[in-house]
Amino acid sequence: MVEKFDAIVIGAGPSGNAATYTLAKQGLNVLQLERGEYPGAKNVQGGIMYAAELEKIIPDFRDDCPTERHIIEQRIWLLGDDNYIGTNYRSEAFNTDAPNRYTIIRANIDKWFSEKIREAGGLQICETTVTELIRDASGKVIGVRTDREGGEIHADVVIMADGVNALLARRAGYQEELEPQNVALAVKEILFIDPQLIQQRFGLKGDEGVVIEIMGKVTKGMVGTAFLYTNKESLTIGIGCLISDFKHGSCPPYKMLEDLKNHPVIKPLIEGAEMKEYAAHMIPEGGYKAVPQLYGDGWMVVGDAAHFNNAAHREGSNLAMASGRMAAETVIELKQAGKAYTASNLSAYKKKLDDSFIMKDLRKYRNLPGIMHENKQFFGAYPDTITAAAHNWFTVDSVDKKTKEKEIMKSFVKKRSVFGLVGDAIKLVRAVR
Amino acid sequence: MSIMVKVEEKLYQNRYIVDENHPHIRIKSEAECKTCETQACTFCCPAACYSKNEAGTVTLATDGCLECGTCRVICQDKENIQWDYPRGGYGISYKFG
Repeated sequence: MVEKFDAIVIGAGPSGNAATYTLAKQGLNVLQLERGEYPGAKNVQGGIMYAAELEKIIPDFRDDCPTERHIIEQRIWLLGDDNYIGTNYRSEAFNTDAPNRYTIIRANIDKWFSEKIREAGGLQICETTVTELIRDASGKVIGVRTDREGGEIHADVVIMADGVNALLARRAGYQEELEPQNVALAVKEILFIDPQLIQQRFGLKGDEGVVIEIMGKVTKGMVGTAFLYTNKESLTIGIGCLISDFKHGSCPPYKMLEDLKNHPVIKPLIEGAEMKEYAAHMIPEGGYKAVPQLYGDGWMVVGDAAHFNNAAHREGSNLAMASGRMAAETVIELKQAGKAYTASNLSAYKKKLDDSFIMKDLRKYRNLPGIMHENKQFFGAYPDTITAAAHNWFTVDSVDKKTKEKEIMKSFVKKRSVFGLVGDAIKLVRAVR
Repeated sequence: MSIMVKVEEKLYQNRYIVDENHPHIRIKSEAECKTCETQACTFCCPAACYSKNEAGTVTLATDGCLECGTCRVICQDKENIQWDYPRGGYGISYKFG
């Protein structure tokens, strides 16, 4: 006889864990399937974790959650060839009992979350790849097929939390294929280093942390960003660009990462660190317009698999956890009301998403991905012009300030023309309004 | 700035559980690769699993695969890559992620 559960969750990333935990906590008979050797084995994140969404699911998570550093300083840098210009925000007020943002090491968090799921009574099975959804004659999803022998498992509802590739939903015809301009490829390394050096180089004490978000010449004109984060005993450094740009460029991602590590501004920060892992991951960047169908008869999709990522604010795992929780709450509410998991009943999940920051934020920035993709000057012409302007402005010589202003204006107009500059400003304002 | 990068040295730090003789990605048609002007998989794959060969086609070695899916997205116009996840428990096993 085929085993049957109240719910099956596919994947043990932030969205799948949030869904499974929420269901288990309410006493539902839930099975979570993970293809990795252990929870986290297939997961990659920058990574910054925002506390608010995890706190909603596990209010006392700070008691034992293996976070790295709480972030007291955010830097945003525009890198030129041998320089940077940027903004920093640092505040003692971030040193609270309940910090809002932490750097994390993904695998540590996933292992911890899995223990919480087990404690709550959820069943998690690793080393099991789901190969397809099982549907009845009416098309309703009634279970999954796995690569284990006799690997058919049934459930009243299936939550797909299988990540950005979302193979199951695509194969079932629920989603179109990812378009290259709607997805970024990011590569990163973890570099281990004496914590004292981290404290010295970034001006930190205890578990204080700094994160640096980077734009500029390092992406070689491609639409992309880079980052450098401080962990307890390591640094993570990474860079990512749209796949449509990698496809038409000729710079392999690992070369781009190596050039970033050797950039004169970055190199002194990571000097002497030992690389222990190299990872790559796709990031859904298409925003609101790329969000697929989110539910149907007997199924829902959450997290990266649902394209929930706010590229403008570098938020992903919080959208993942929130969507996983909302999918689970939808299941719980329907079960309590004695209602079936039909598409029309599961539309309550979409309603929850629409009423939350997830769809509100994605909607706000709905035009940004297209504008960035079609206006490469934000990643090519501007970094050079801006850093050159700063260099001119901060070089004290006998040139009067009025002349310097004129020179700087001229350099911008030369690169983009007055119409170009005004047009770019309007585009940006429209995209983020 | 020009730096030679050996991606093998990066991949060497990673933990893999190799599923011998069960590659999870397959090039469907070598002839199709020959018609591909850019062969973008050979410079987009973050693990350099794809390389141009003397026959003018592309050679694929999946052992270092990071399972990101980039090649799948890149080759969708040609639809020349059969892409699955490895069997449960196999493939890249991130220690840190």
